[in-house]
Amino acid sequence: MTMKLDRRSFIKSAAATSAIATAATLFPGITFAGWDKLQDASGMITWKKAPCRFCGTGCGVLVGVSGDRAVAVKGDPNCSVNKGLCCVKGYHSVQALYGKDRLTTAKVRKNGKMVEVPIKDALDLIASKMKETITKHGKDSVAMYGSGQWTIPDGYVASKLFKGCLGTNNVEANARLCMASAVTGFLTTFGTDEPMGCYEDIEEANVIITWGNNMAEMHPVLFSRMLASRKRKTNVEIIDFATRYTRTSQAADKSIIFKPQTDLAVANAICYEIVRNDWVNWDFVHKHTAFYKGKTNIGYGLEDHFKFTDKAEPISFEDFKTFLKDYTPERVEKISGVSARDIRYMASLYGDPAKKVTSFWCMGMNQHTRGTWINNLVYNIHLLVGKISTPGNSPFSLTGQPSACGTVREVGTLTHKLPHGVVMNEGHRKMAEKIWDLPAGSVDPKPTYHTVEMFRALDRGDIRFMWIQVTNPMVTMPKLKRYRDGALKEDRFIVVSDVYPTPTTDVADVILPAAMWVEQEGMFGNSERRTQHFDQIVPPPGEAMSDTWQLIEVARRLGFEKQFPWSEEEYIGKIWEEYRKFHDSPKHNMAPYKVLKARSGVQWPFVNGKETRWRFNAKHDPACSNGEDFHFYGKKNNKAWIWARPYEPAAESPDQEYNFWLNTGRVVEHWHTGSMTRRVPILHNAVPSSYVELNPDDAADLGVVNGEMVKIISRRGEITMPAQINGRGVPPRGMVFVPFFDEKYLINEVTLDSFCPISKQPDYKKCAVKLEKA
Amino acid sequence: MPILGYITIPQSGAKDRLLAELNDIEFCEAFPAENADILVLVTDTPDKETEEQLQQQLKNIPSLESLSMTFGYNDELHKGEHDDNEA
Ligand code: SF4
Repeated sequence: MTMKLDRRSFIKSAAATSAIATAATLFPGITFAGWDKLQDASGMITWKKAPCRFCGTGCGVLVGVSGDRAVAVKGDPNCSVNKGLCCVKGYHSVQALYGKDRLTTAKVRKNGKMVEVPIKDALDLIASKMKETITKHGKDSVAMYGSGQWTIPDGYVASKLFKGCLGTNNVEANARLCMASAVTGFLTTFGTDEPMGCYEDIEEANVIITWGNNMAEMHPVLFSRMLASRKRKTNVEIIDFATRYTRTSQAADKSIIFKPQTDLAVANAICYEIVRNDWVNWDFVHKHTAFYKGKTNIGYGLEDHFKFTDKAEPISFEDFKTFLKDYTPERVEKISGVSARDIRYMASLYGDPAKKVTSFWCMGMNQHTRGTWINNLVYNIHLLVGKISTPGNSPFSLTGQPSACGTVREVGTLTHKLPHGVVMNEGHRKMAEKIWDLPAGSVDPKPTYHTVEMFRALDRGDIRFMWIQVTNPMVTMPKLKRYRDGALKEDRFIVVSDVYPTPTTDVADVILPAAMWVEQEGMFGNSERRTQHFDQIVPPPGEAMSDTWQLIEVARRLGFEKQFPWSEEEYIGKIWEEYRKFHDSPKHNMAPYKVLKARSGVQWPFVNGKETRWRFNAKHDPACSNGEDFHFYGKKNNKAWIWARPYEPAAESPDQEYNFWLNTGRVVEHWHTGSMTRRVPILHNAVPSSYVELNPDDAADLGVVNGEMVKIISRRGEITMPAQINGRGVPPRGMVFVPFFDEKYLINEVTLDSFCPISKQPDYKKCAVKLEKA
Repeated sequence: MPILGYITIPQSGAKDRLLAELNDIEFCEAFPAENADILVLVTDTPDKETEEQLQQQLKNIPSLESLSMTFGYNDELHKGEHDDNEA
């Protein structure tokens, strides 16, 4: 009887959730507070706080629980990120826990077949295989590949085990594929990572410019906040600066389309105009900035073992002005396709001292072979006019994943990073060795492989063992075929921890069933430096185990009990308090465990019980100590750096034979590779399969209509998929766009593994293809 | 035994009345948006006949401007899925 009641209440919650989600797409900003009273009154549902499982916006949600089952989601009104709102993915997120084919037992490959085994046996096998591989091939033959969807404790224990205990820097995370250019952008300009502003900039700004960022679909709740602010105030303008027409363009006051890669030239042209019109904030520039140039013609990383190190050389403002002479609006119009008038218009918005301007970007600027440069250039604009670190004036790099900031950037789960600082720095290594209770010299001072090179090393045989958690690289790696073939080679051992079968579990030798989201305790860190704790709210199914605990189990089998001593009841709190020691300074202090548990997210630096909204601003940031209004303390010279970075073309551009740009990305309904959202009926039915967006004129030339099959061919591979014409996005002539969520259509068979030489982040937005009607 | 989810829009100025009227009907649960003239309605009827009667009753509510369904579930059509959704 109880079961029956739970089941109907579950379906009714789904019905209500669906109506709420639909209402939210029709009326951005809509909230429904009465629902909980109604449900609570029925006595069937209790509500517990968590951050949303999906994107880097980091909405706070309340998960409705009936018995030991999560049955509903609503926005958490106490969370300042979303103030009670959610998007369609968030509202339906709990259903992703209950797909029919959820992995609940461990599996091991025996004679080519995956066989179910007790999870203990699988963990034993993993530990012995790691030992054997290290003995035979050395410590750098084993690798860990994680994710911006790892919880903070997941990433922390992975780093401690691999970098500390095993002494290999073979730790990378998929955030390399989405955020690395943002990191190197921050480091090269400010010397310290992560945005200076916060989401309150949205309501404070008069002008919001989205740089290659379809926020209406990728950060829908923040986009709703933008639209609500524009509705409430009379002086808010939204400009969408993009390579294709999207839902964001539709809602914006102005849509400006540029040719791929030429955002570099346009950003410089905006600076040219700012200087020419003397809109420079001289007081700010003199006090707080310094000018530099770096190397040029820096390559694209297409060869194995590609190496690049930039060299910063100081230049004068006059040198910078001379550099900008190549970027007059008229010249840039020819390169970019953006009219000189529109370039001047954008410059005038940044240049107007009466306007507060916030720039938002995400994958468009980061997945870019000059990703670090374009991040630098947008900072240049804000720095020249002094529109930074004050409410409403913010160059704001958004993250894609729920904990790309929290786990990958802050914990440092990249080959060169440590929870504080980098492996190359002796002081940082010593700090790690002390906190981890390891002998001096345990951490190797040399970084090993960034993600693309790590998979190349697996293909070459330099890496023999790889453990992959919470990510699906056999869908997401560019130039996929090489890396899939590499993973399948003899004498490679692949462990995959996940919640559903994926093309990555298909190449695994061991599959570990993982606890998902609120089936475990953990923390995420969102785009605005907000750490968000969640309790275990429901039990994981079968033998599924948190990724953190899987790592601890293996670490103990490898003999590191001393480093991983915690009990299952209290390990998350203990790990957090240990991790917090790495950030013990006013520049990065994190909130204590009990504060995190009590609140719907806490922003760091958290100093003397206070969160920091705007960094580098003496009124808000306790780390400012120079007695001025602003203090850019990340760089040794206490300045923010303005970089002369030129326009350079993409690694591969359309030519006579391969005459289209291929751009790839996401849709609002699906989370990344769709392994979770395709199991949610409402989301799956909304966009059941991927497609190729074509410009209507190109479609007419090709003779295809909506739904007809088109073959997309590149120098790497080909794929045939249905056409979408005049759908939610419309590319300009000469470009096609393909969402990557659908494993039936592996678009990354076609993409190119070029990357930004500084950040090593691949460019998924640009390669050359040709099309045929199939 | 269908469970349906709807967005309902009241006649101008009739949001509270519509809320009360809907909640007075057996098989209906409605709750309002805080900041828009919209209600969400979830209906849960035991059989086809009751469902048809309810549909008729809803059509005749004077304070209701429009009703659009966003979710539909019917036990008869989802028999095989029963176990998957069981707690
Ligand atoms: S916007 Fe992102 S964080 Fe917010 S509900 Fe949607 S997917 Fe979740």
